[in-house]
Amino acid sequence: MTFSTQNIVMVVIIGLLGIGLYGVLISRNLIKVVVGLQVAVKGAMIAFVLAGRLNGKVDLGQSMALTVIVADTIVAVVALALAVQVRRKFGTLDIKSLTTLRR
Amino acid sequence: MVNFLIGAGILACALLAVRENRLLIAALWLALTSALVSFLMYRLGAADVAVIELSVGAGLVTVLFVFAINIAGDVSLDPHAPIPQLLSWVAVILSVLLLAWMVLPALQLEQYLELFSAAGEPGGMLRSVLWGERSADLLMQMVLIFGGVLALVGLISGGKQEKDGEENHP
Repeated sequence: MTFSTQNIVMVVIIGLLGIGLYGVLISRNLIKVVVGLQVAVKGAMIAFVLAGRLNGKVDLGQSMALTVIVADTIVAVVALALAVQVRRKFGTLDIKSLTTLRR
Repeated sequence: MVNFLIGAGILACALLAVRENRLLIAALWLALTSALVSFLMYRLGAADVAVIELSVGAGLVTVLFVFAINIAGDVSLDPHAPIPQLLSWVAVILSVLLLAWMVLPALQLEQYLELFSAAGEPGGMLRSVLWGERSADLLMQMVLIFGGVLALVGLISGGKQEKDGEENHP
């Protein structure tokens, strides 16, 4: 495996997806969960751009990455609004304290 | 060499954003990750989307994070995860290995490149691809944006009404 641009970017993609998943799994704070999701989505975004470049269709890759950016921003907005509402309603951001179904 | 440094920087900033206990600092690390990601995209030849990522990912989303943290308060919880540490590590390592296994054959993509370039049409301008070939997708994106805004307005006004109701009928 050589240190070509494409290999480096692939390692970055795998690393970002792994770090994002790790962040989602280990966080107790609702806002930190959103941070983990954002990190994982950035990996997917670079993957689209790299795939477009490898196929010779950079513009299609860019177009797909743009879709991911739009969806990602909406997810962040709604998730942060939910986190703020949860904080107002329950007084905490701890996801362990929000398990109201468990007694 | 530059790409290697950018890649290492992206991974380091992402790890710091995830590991940081203070929310505001984590949001700033995330903004730096976004900026470096957009730089990498620019280096990959995707200049148009790099600009949008820089303005939306590093700008708008960071402002949203700071706004939300300001309202909710920068509470740092004790770092014990809701699921066992070992289980989360196993899940992460398994998924990363699975991804690497799926991507590894693609690491020798040079042999497929000719095939792709023979089959693929020459790429048009971003504008023509976006508006011509993906108009249905674009409509769905607009619906999604409006749906997101409506959900946000509903959430905020719902919380406000509830607060008002509590004040009127204690």
